[in-house]
Amino acid sequence: MEHDVGRREALKCMAWAGTGALWALNAGVASSSVIDVAATQPESNASFTFLQISDSHIGFDKPANPNAKGTLEEAIGRIKALPAKPSFMIHTGDITHLSKPSEFDDADTIISQAGLDVRYVPGEHDILDPDVTLYRERYGRQGKGDGWYSFDAGGVHFVGLVNVKNLKAGGMGSLGDDQLKWLADDLRDRTASTPVVLFAHVPLWVIYESWGWGTDDGARALELVKRFGSVTVLNGHIHQVMQKVEGNVAFHTARSTAFPQPAPGAAASPGPMKVPDDKLRSMLGVASVTFKRGTQRLAIIDTPLQG
Amino acid sequence: MRMALLAFAFGAALACVVAPLAAQTGGAAVVIDNFTFAPQQLTIKAGTTVTWTNRDDIPHTVMATDRLFKSNAMDTDESYSFTFSTAGEYSYFCSLHPHMTGTIVVEGVGGGVTR
Repeated sequence: MEHDVGRREALKCMAWAGTGALWALNAGVASSSVIDVAATQPESNASFTFLQISDSHIGFDKPANPNAKGTLEEAIGRIKALPAKPSFMIHTGDITHLSKPSEFDDADTIISQAGLDVRYVPGEHDILDPDVTLYRERYGRQGKGDGWYSFDAGGVHFVGLVNVKNLKAGGMGSLGDDQLKWLADDLRDRTASTPVVLFAHVPLWVIYESWGWGTDDGARALELVKRFGSVTVLNGHIHQVMQKVEGNVAFHTARSTAFPQPAPGAAASPGPMKVPDDKLRSMLGVASVTFKRGTQRLAIIDTPLQG
Repeated sequence: MRMALLAFAFGAALACVVAPLAAQTGGAAVVIDNFTFAPQQLTIKAGTTVTWTNRDDIPHTVMATDRLFKSNAMDTDESYSFTFSTAGEYSYFCSLHPHMTGTIVVEGVGGGVTR
C-alpha cells in the first residue's frame, strides 16, 4: 500500500515535471515575441481558462468500458464542480461511437449539463452515417468546407480543423488543399503576437505512423503558424496524454472520457485497451487550459477522473 | 511467358461471361482483426463473393481505392460482401483507418488457379 502511494506521488511529480518542462522550454523561445506579447496585451486581463474533452464514444459498450455514458457523466460532473467556471469547452471529436442519432442525443444531453458553450470538431466516429449529415447538422452549420472554422476568445485565435475526411489509402489523417488554403487566408492578417490554438481530432503531428497516429499534411498547417509567437495544438484520437514542444509550438493530446488505448507500439493494434476496473478512471479524464496574458505558453493540466 | 500473357488476356475477356455462373458457387472471407485485413492479399476467381467480417471492438469500413465498392461502417461482428465479376487487382482500405490496406486479386477463369 505504501508502495502504491509512493508510486502515485511519483507519478504526480512526473506530471508536474512535465508541465514544468513546458515552462522551462519557454525560456528558450525568442524573447522578442515574449516582449511583443507583453507589450501589446494589457496585464489587466489576468487569464482565462477553457476545457478540452475528447473521445466520449457514446454508444461504446465493449469490455474496455461498458458504460461510456457513465464516465462522460462523471467527467461533466467534475467540470460542473470546478470552483471557477471556464470560459467554454472544446470537444476534439469522436463524440459518438457509431454516429447514431440516439448517440448524438445522449452526448448532447450529458454535455449540456456542464452549462458551457461547446465547440466541436468531428472524429472519424462522428461521420459514419451513410449520408454523413448528422454531425454537420448538429455542430458544423457555421463551418466552412467539411466543417472547419475559427473564432476569437480572450485574445486567443482558435481554429477548429477537420482531418478525418477524404482519407487516402495507406495514409493517416488529412486536411486537404481546400482547408489549408482557408487556413492560410484565415491567419494572414493576424499579428504574430496573437496566441493561436489549433484543434483537431487526429494529432496534427506524427506520433506513430504505423497506427495512423498523425496527419499526412499536418506539417503544412504547422508551417502556416510558424511565424506566431505562441501556438498550441490540441488533439484527441489516441486516448492518452502526449505532449511535446517544438520552437513556439506546444503539442498536446487529451485523454478520452470513454476508454484508454495502448501506448504506441505497446499492443498488436491501437484498439480499446481493457484495464482492471479500478484502474479505468485513472486513464480517462479532461484537460483544462489556461492562458495568462504576457506568458508565452498556455498551461495545460490533465485531470483524470480518479487518482 | 507469351503463353501466360495470352492465357491471362483470354481469362480477362471471359470473366464477364463466366461471372454469373461462378458467383453462385464461390465465396471467400477476409477477417478484420487488430486493425488488419487477413489475408491482406486474397486471390479469387472471377465471380467469387468476398465477405469481410469485423472482429474488432472498433468499427471499420472497406473501400476500394478507386471507389468501385464501399461498405457502411461495420460494427463488431458485422459483415459486408462484394462480388468480383471482372478479373483484375483491386486494392482497398479502411476509410476510417487508412493505414489498413488490402488487395483482392481476381483471376479470370482461363488464366486462373484451379482448385
